[in-house]
Amino acid sequence: MKLKDIQVLNEKETRGGFGEGIHEIGIENENVVVLTADLAGSLKLGPFIKDFPNRFVQCGIAEANMIGIAAGLTIGGKIPYTTTFANFSTGRVYDQIRQSVAYSDKNVKICASHAGLTLGEDGATHQILEDIGLMKMLPGMTVIVPCDFNQTKAATKAIASYKGPVYLRFGRPKWPNFTKEDGSDFVIGKAQQLSEGTDVSIFACGHMAWKAIEAGRILEEKGLSVELINIHTIKPLDVDAIIKSITKTKCAVTVEEHNIIGGLGDSIAQVAAKHFPIPIEYIGTKDVFGESGTPTQLLTKYGLDSPFIVDAVEKVMKRK
Amino acid sequence: MPDTVQLKQIASQIRRDIVRMVHAVQSGHPGGSLGCTDFLTALYFKILQHNSSFNMDGNGEDIFFLSNGHISPLFYSTLARSGYFDVKELATFRKLNTRLQGHPTTHEHLPGVRVASGSLGQGLSVAIGAALSKKLNGDKHLVFVLCGDGELDEGQNWEAIMFAAHHKVDNLIATVDFNGQQIDGSTNNVMNLNSLKAKFEAFNWIVIEMDGNDMDDVVAGLDKAKSLTGNGKPICILMKTIMGKGVDFMEGSHEWHGIAPNNDQLAKALAQLPETLGDY
Repeated sequence: MKLKDIQVLNEKETRGGFGEGIHEIGIENENVVVLTADLAGSLKLGPFIKDFPNRFVQCGIAEANMIGIAAGLTIGGKIPYTTTFANFSTGRVYDQIRQSVAYSDKNVKICASHAGLTLGEDGATHQILEDIGLMKMLPGMTVIVPCDFNQTKAATKAIASYKGPVYLRFGRPKWPNFTKEDGSDFVIGKAQQLSEGTDVSIFACGHMAWKAIEAGRILEEKGLSVELINIHTIKPLDVDAIIKSITKTKCAVTVEEHNIIGGLGDSIAQVAAKHFPIPIEYIGTKDVFGESGTPTQLLTKYGLDSPFIVDAVEKVMKRK
Repeated sequence: MPDTVQLKQIASQIRRDIVRMVHAVQSGHPGGSLGCTDFLTALYFKILQHNSSFNMDGNGEDIFFLSNGHISPLFYSTLARSGYFDVKELATFRKLNTRLQGHPTTHEHLPGVRVASGSLGQGLSVAIGAALSKKLNGDKHLVFVLCGDGELDEGQNWEAIMFAAHHKVDNLIATVDFNGQQIDGSTNNVMNLNSLKAKFEAFNWIVIEMDGNDMDDVVAGLDKAKSLTGNGKPICILMKTIMGKGVDFMEGSHEWHGIAPNNDQLAKALAQLPETLGDY
């Protein structure tokens, strides 16, 4: 199981995986209801709206109300999926999610596109880099950050039958699509091992899983044995998989399109500190806001692109 | 079905429960609770078609949401007196390990509560969602929600008010407790609501006005609201109430929004409120 053997099927937007997934689960489950705050096009809801107009709720640019309506829809047995950009799905409506959804144990699926720096040119107002932290701190909230089109589609369908509030985070750009087309390699709460190795553990999520594959391939060519694990479910965390990996490799690098404060890295560090302390290097934004630019320019400027992951691995291995 | 005299007797007992609960823990919100007692009594004992055996989904029954969750003493007493749980449990209000939290929650699985409220401005949206759920399920029953007037300062309400009219949520009756008071003073001084009637009508709602402390008027107003459902528009009841109604020294003042009576004040209050169903 080497990273060079991973085949890229195509390049597609993760939000497109959401659009396909929501349409398919709409066919399978008549309780699925989709809400949006004036972003049906961006969230690729066209096929769902065409086939299930009665189960589509346009809320206008009013996210707080959308979250409350979603909480109410669960009463009577509906499974509401709210859709907007990640910034407006979380920070803008944090107290509505906290009281009406999480504390009230409501079965609401909060689906968030355009997360992170790879949103690109729209700039920092829209590039939320704090949402994983915000959501994982809420008691009872499940947080899923799938890595590509196929996995986003699989997660979108899987959460319908997974009881309780869920935050599903995905993004805007076309991105390498490499997980299984049928989604059989995705299980909520189960880490996905992309390569086995003994020198270093790399834990990645979302778009950055692909960047970690690119970095891992460079490291493999240099003769390193890299264990890459896709932590698509940030909460509940697959603690056993993390412990198993770090007790073998004895060092780790975490990679996320998020502030290093409050994100995946913090979750991994907490597991390590409690069970098996090891040196860790963190790839993510360093407590700053983003800015306008192309996704690639931004990943380079903010230190998230694959060469930075390579450097972090070499650095952390020296700290063992 | 209780008549007006019987409803007034129930309301008297609920008011006793409210002041006793708040006195016992020296915390809670008696003013708004007492003001809305006649309304919630009429609703639960005469208007709502509901099951006393609680089911979260509420399919096949009318359901109620309390948005201004701080009037929890009233909500808890009404639920207990309607048979959702034993009235003895009212003695646990706001105490450690209670199901009767300071503000209503579903977290402790108290029968009768369907969403947490307390952080203001969220209940109307939730009620609209539940009303949409009933429509999708082909359930002809109604959804009721009570909001405070001060609570209308929260912008989320106006998002919800616009939404409900646009989507023709006509199985919803939203009542506003129009007592003109909020924590820091009168609504006129803190944040003037001006004409709520004109505001709701401009948003394309049907508006009914009623005296929330006149039991006959409350029953008539709620009956009228029910008769107007199903006509493509959401319904708002602007309910004039007196904060602290039923206890003379609490009436009409925002100062009793969130403070508890002392022993002497409790005795004075209870002397004005006949015990009709037996204290818990």
